[in-house]
Amino acid sequence: MSEYIIKNGHVFDATQGIKGDKKDICVKDGKIVDKVGSSAKVIDAKDKTVMAGALEVHAHVAGPKVNAGRWYRPEDKHFDSHKKPGITRIEGGKSIPTVFKTGYEYARLGFTFAMEAAMPPLYARHVHEEIHDTPIIDEAALPVFGNNWFVMEYIKNNEIENTAAYIAWILRQTKGYGIKCVNPGGTEAWAWGLNCLTIHDQVPYFEITPAEIITGLIKANEYLGLPHSFHIHQNDLGNPGNYKTTIDSLKLAEGIKATNNFGREQVMHSTHLQFHAYKGTNWGDFESGAKEVMDYVNKQKNLTIDTGNVTLDETTTMTADGPFEHHLHGLNHLKWFNVDVELETAAGIVPFIYDPNNAVFASQWAVGLEIALYAKDPMRCFITTDHPNAGPFTRYPRVYSWLMSKKVRDERLNTFKKADKVIAATNLANIDREITLYELSQMTRAGPAKCLGLSKDYGGLKPGMNADIAIYNINPDKFPSSGAEIEKAFANVAYLFKDGKICVEGGKVVDMGKKNTFWVDAKVPENKQVMHDIREKFLRYYSVNEANYPVPESYAPHQHIISVDATTKA
Amino acid sequence: MNTVTLTVKKQPELYLECENANPDAFAGKKAADIAKLGAYQGKEISTLGDFFTITGEAGATAADTKIIVNGDCTKMKYLGAKMTAGEMIVNSACDMYTGSWMKGGKLTVNGDVHSFCGLAMAGGEFTINGNAGNYLGAAYRGDWRGMSGGVLRVKGNAGSDVASFMIGGTLIVEGDVDIHLGTHMEGGTIILKGNANRRVGGQLVKGEIYVFGKINVMMPGYKPVGEKEMEVDGTKAMFTDFIGDLGERHPKRKGEVVWGHIYMKN
Amino acid sequence: MPKEVTDVICPFCGTLCDDLIITVSDDNKTILGVKNACAIGAEKFNHQRLPGRVKRPRMRQADGTYKEITYDEAIDWTAKMLVKSRKTLMYGWASTSCQAMSIGHEIAEKVGGIVDNCATVCHGSSLIAIEDVGVPSCTLGEIKNRADCVIFWGCNPAHAHPRHMSRYSIFPRGFFTVKGHKGRKIYAVDCRYTDTAKCADEFIQVQQGFDYELLNAFRTAVRGDALPDTVGGVPKEKIYEIAEAFKTARFGIIFFGMGLTHTMGRNHNIDIAINLTRDMNEYTKFAIMAMRGHWNVTGSGQVLGWQYGFPYAVDLSRRDQARHQTGETTSVDLLNRSEVEACFYIATDPGAHFPVDAMISSSRKPTVTIDPHINCTTEISDIHIPVAMVGVETGGCAYRMDNVPIETRKVVEPPEGMLTDEELLTKINKRVDELMAKGGA
Repeated sequence: MSEYIIKNGHVFDATQGIKGDKKDICVKDGKIVDKVGSSAKVIDAKDKTVMAGALEVHAHVAGPKVNAGRWYRPEDKHFDSHKKPGITRIEGGKSIPTVFKTGYEYARLGFTFAMEAAMPPLYARHVHEEIHDTPIIDEAALPVFGNNWFVMEYIKNNEIENTAAYIAWILRQTKGYGIKCVNPGGTEAWAWGLNCLTIHDQVPYFEITPAEIITGLIKANEYLGLPHSFHIHQNDLGNPGNYKTTIDSLKLAEGIKATNNFGREQVMHSTHLQFHAYKGTNWGDFESGAKEVMDYVNKQKNLTIDTGNVTLDETTTMTADGPFEHHLHGLNHLKWFNVDVELETAAGIVPFIYDPNNAVFASQWAVGLEIALYAKDPMRCFITTDHPNAGPFTRYPRVYSWLMSKKVRDERLNTFKKADKVIAATNLANIDREITLYELSQMTRAGPAKCLGLSKDYGGLKPGMNADIAIYNINPDKFPSSGAEIEKAFANVAYLFKDGKICVEGGKVVDMGKKNTFWVDAKVPENKQVMHDIREKFLRYYSVNEANYPVPESYAPHQHIISVDATTKA
Repeated sequence: MNTVTLTVKKQPELYLECENANPDAFAGKKAADIAKLGAYQGKEISTLGDFFTITGEAGATAADTKIIVNGDCTKMKYLGAKMTAGEMIVNSACDMYTGSWMKGGKLTVNGDVHSFCGLAMAGGEFTINGNAGNYLGAAYRGDWRGMSGGVLRVKGNAGSDVASFMIGGTLIVEGDVDIHLGTHMEGGTIILKGNANRRVGGQLVKGEIYVFGKINVMMPGYKPVGEKEMEVDGTKAMFTDFIGDLGERHPKRKGEVVWGHIYMKN
Repeated sequence: MPKEVTDVICPFCGTLCDDLIITVSDDNKTILGVKNACAIGAEKFNHQRLPGRVKRPRMRQADGTYKEITYDEAIDWTAKMLVKSRKTLMYGWASTSCQAMSIGHEIAEKVGGIVDNCATVCHGSSLIAIEDVGVPSCTLGEIKNRADCVIFWGCNPAHAHPRHMSRYSIFPRGFFTVKGHKGRKIYAVDCRYTDTAKCADEFIQVQQGFDYELLNAFRTAVRGDALPDTVGGVPKEKIYEIAEAFKTARFGIIFFGMGLTHTMGRNHNIDIAINLTRDMNEYTKFAIMAMRGHWNVTGSGQVLGWQYGFPYAVDLSRRDQARHQTGETTSVDLLNRSEVEACFYIATDPGAHFPVDAMISSSRKPTVTIDPHINCTTEISDIHIPVAMVGVETGGCAYRMDNVPIETRKVVEPPEGMLTDEELLTKINKRVDELMAKGGA
C-alpha cells in the first residue's frame, strides 16, 4: 500500500488537543504513522483544514423502512437522478438517496463511518444487503430492542442476565452493533393502535412501563460492556411539552456508571434531542425547551446526545416510532407507510415539508441549533439531522454554517416570514456562540468515536489510528464569512482518505475503498433458559424458522468484529 | 417575437426524447446552435438537427421565442415540456409528455397527443386540437401535487386518469373521458363537456368538476344537495350540485366542512 | 444414505415457506422427497430431476431448430447484443436471487437497459397505489399473532398461495390468537365463489368491476354517511354491518390479489382499499397486504429500490439517469410500442404471461432468455441459456410478500458444468466491459 505525507495542513484533532496547528500527517498501510519514507506521496494541504474522517452517530441509511421511503417516493428523484463522470454509478434521490449516492455523498462530506440507527432484527438481512451495496464508508447498524417481547418479559421479571444473553444472541444473529430503543413500549402499544406518551404509561398486556424498559436495557448494556451505550429515541417525540418526559427519561441514567473496555463514559445516548425539547401545550403556544434539557445534559457526565437539526427542506420522515408517524400523517395528510414487525418493532414513514414560512418549523430549526450551542462539552453533543427525519444528511454543510457563524444564522432567523414569532418562542437570537473548527472536530469526529466505543482507532489523527482523513479547502486563518462559502467548503472535501487510500479527490470519487461492516460479538455464559425461550418463540410465534433468521456471512464480506466478553459476569 | 421552424426530416427508429425542444432551451440561439441541442434514443445521443430542418432564430429569452413544428411528430416525446414562456405550435400528433411540467407560455398541438401530457402543469395555456391519452394533466407517480395552474384544453376526447391529484388550474375536455376523472383531486376546476365512463371524483378532497354530459355510474360517495344556475366555459345552464367524496377526509373552514363538488348539467 | 435438508425455503410463491424438508441422494445430486411443501412447491423441486433438462445453451438456427453452443459463445452473443442495442428490455428477475439482480443492474446501467420485473403484469398496480397513498401494513407473523378479522379481497390463496391460510392468515394459533381460526372472523370479497370464499365466515359477492365503488361505499359507511340502496350488488345494510364489524375488530387485515390489481381501475382499486385501511386506523388497528405471487419479485423491487429508488420499470436506457413511469417504461408498453431494440429475459416466462401482441413484437427482436427450463419464451428466443435453479441448486436472497428477506438454501448440486445466474451474469458483465473498452461490438 502506498505511503502519504499530508503537509502543512491546519490540523484539528481532539484526541491530541491539536487546534489548527500546522502539522504533517503521515500515512502508511492504512494507518497514521509517525513518519514515512522519502518516496511517500506528498499531499499539499497548505491553507487547508485536516481532520479525521467524520463519524455519523445516527442516520437512517439502510434497511426496510429506508428503502420503502425510497421506492414509494418516485417524485423524490424524478428530476434528481444523474450520473457523474468517472467510476461512480447513477445517483438518485434528494431526501432518501440510493445506496450509491449515500456512500458517495458521505465520502464527499468527509465522513468515513455511518451508523444505521434502527435495524429491525427480522429485517437484518435486508439492512446488511444495503450496507453491502453502499460504497466507501464503513457502516454498522443498531438493532431495536425497546418493544421486543423477549426484552419486555425478561425485564418485567427483573432478569438482566437473561436480557443481556438475549441481546448478545441478537447481535450475533443480526450482526448488530448495540442497543437501540425507540419509543419504549409505545411501539408495542401501537400494534393495537395505542401509544405510551410518558415513561410511566403501561404497555398493554406486557404490564411494564417505558421507564422499566429503559432502566433494564441500560443495565443489560453495562452488564455486557458493549462499545456503545444504550441509544434511545424517547417517548412522546415531537409534541409540545415533551421536554419533561425527556428529562424524566434522562434521569433514569443517574448513578449508573459505564462499564466497558472501550473508553466510553456515557450510559445513555439520547438521539435527535431537538424533537424532544419542546415546551408549551400545543403548536400555538409552543416554545423551545432546549435550555432546560441541555442544562440537565450539561450536568450529567454519563449522557451523550445528538441534535437532530431541522434543515428546512422537503424530506421523508421515517422512524420505528409507528404511532408518531400515524400522528404526523394526521397533521399533513401525506402518504403514510407503516409496517409492524412481529415480536419486535414497527416503522412508519411520511413525507414532510419543513416550510420556513411556518413558525413551528422555523422554531424547530432554532431549537436544533440551540441544542448544539448550549452544549458545554462538545465531546458529548454530536451534530445530526436524524437523516432523513429533520433533513437529509447532505445538508450538513449548511447546518455547520449556521452553527459556525452567528451572522449566517441570524440572517436566516431574521428573514423568516414569521421571524418575530420564532424569535419570541426560542432563545436563538440571544446566543452568540459560534462553533469553532476544533469543536466541530469534537462534535463530528472524536466525540462520536468515543460515544461508539471506537476512540482507539477512529475519530483522531494520532499515530496508530486508522488513516481515515478528511481535508477541506478551509483556511482557518481566513474562515469564510458567507453561508454559501462555508457550505461549499464542507460539501466537497479536497481529499478523503479511507483506510489510507484516497477515495475522494477534489470532490470527485476516485476509489471505492474497502467498505467494512462493524458488529459486536458479545460472549455471555451459556444460558439454557434464553435458548429455550428463543426456540419456543420461533416455533410458536415467528413466521420464519430460527435457522433462517441469522444474517449469512456473505452479506458482510469485510467484517470488523468487536468482541466483548461478559462470561465472567455470572 | 422571433420564430423558429422545425420540420421533421427523419423519423426516429425508436422514440425520440426531445426534451430540448421548447422555447427555454432555444432562447438566445440561432438555427445552427439549436440544431446542436441533444435528442436521445436510448443510449444513442444525437441532435435535434439530425431529425429536424431548423430555420429562423430564437429570441433573446423564452418569452420572445415562438416555435413551429411541422411534419410527423408521433414518435417525439417531451415537446414543449417544462416550457416557462413563449409560444409553441406543433402541427402534428405527438407522443408522451407533451407540455409536461409546463410553467408558462402557450402551447398548441394540432393533432392527438399520447399519455402524460400536461403532467403536473403549473401555468400557461395548453391547447390540444385533437384527442389526448391517459394521465392528461395528472401528477407524476407518487406526487400529491398534480396540475397546479394554467389552462389545459382538449378539443377531442381524453383517456383515463385525467387530472388525478389536481390541486389547481383549469382543465377542459370538450369530448368524452374514460374512467377516473379527477381522482384524489384537492383543488382546481375540471370541465367536461362530453360524457364520463365511470369513477368521477373518486377520493376527491376539494375542487370542482363540471359535467355537461352523462356519467355512466355515479360514485356512491356523492349526494345531491340542490340545483344552481351557472355559467361554465361560456355556457349558461342549470346544474345539480353533488357533494363528496363522502368517504374521503375534507378540510374544515371556520368549523364548516369544505366539500368537493360535481356539478351535473340538468 | 439419503439425507434430509431442513429449513428449506420454497422457491415458488411469495409466501416463501421456510420449513420444507428435502430428502436428497447420497451424492447430493438428486432430490428424492419433499415434505411440508404444497403441491406446486413440491413440483418445483421435482422439476430438478426431470429427464430431458437442457444443460447447455442453445442457439436458434435459420430453420427454427436449436443447436447446442458453449456458454462462452452464448455469453459473447448476449454481450454483443446488449452493447449494440440502443435500448434493451431486461425483464424478469422474479425467480432469481437479489445477488444476481445486483449484477444484472450493473450490466443494465452500462448498456442502457430497462429493468423491469414481474410486478409489471402482477402487483405493479399495487406498487403505483403505494407510491400514491402509502400503505399501512405488517409482517405475516403479526397476522398470525394478532389478527381477529381477516379479509380476502379479490384473491384466492387456496389456489395461488396454498399454505398461506394455514401458516399465517386463517388457521394458526398465535400469541394473542390462541383460538386459531375460531377466534378469527374471515371475510371473502370476490365476484365469484372461490375455494377461499368457502373458508370464509362471510362471502360478499361484488359485481365485477365494482370494487372501487364498494370500497368507496365502505369508506362512506365508516364515516356514517348515506349510501344508495345497493353498491356493486351489495345491499347497503350489509355494507353498514360489515363496516361496523371492521371498526370493532381488534386487528384487521385486508389481503388483496389480482381481483383488484387487474380489474377496471387497477391501481385505484388498491389505493382506495389502502385508504379504507388508513381510515380504520382511526378506530382500531388495520393493515393491508398484497398477495405477491412470483417468488422473489418483491426482492427485485427492493434491490431496484435501494439502487435506483423505483420498484420496477426502471429505465436506465440513457445511462446517466434512472427513470420510472408505468405506462411508458413498463415491459408490455415498451413491446407494444416497439420502443426497445433487444430483449433480455431472465428468471421468468413472459411468453406465458404477456399479451400476444407484446410477444409478437418481442419475437421480432434479438432475444436472449436465461432460464433453467424450456418455456414459452425460450422458444421465441435466439439464445436460451440454462442455469441452475435458485433455491434448489444454488442459494441467494429472496424477499417474502411482506418484504422479509430470507437467504435460500442450496439443496442439491446443479448438473455438472452448469452456471448459476450470478456466475453467468458476472461473465456477461465482464464480456460487456471488454467489448465497450474496444468501443463497441
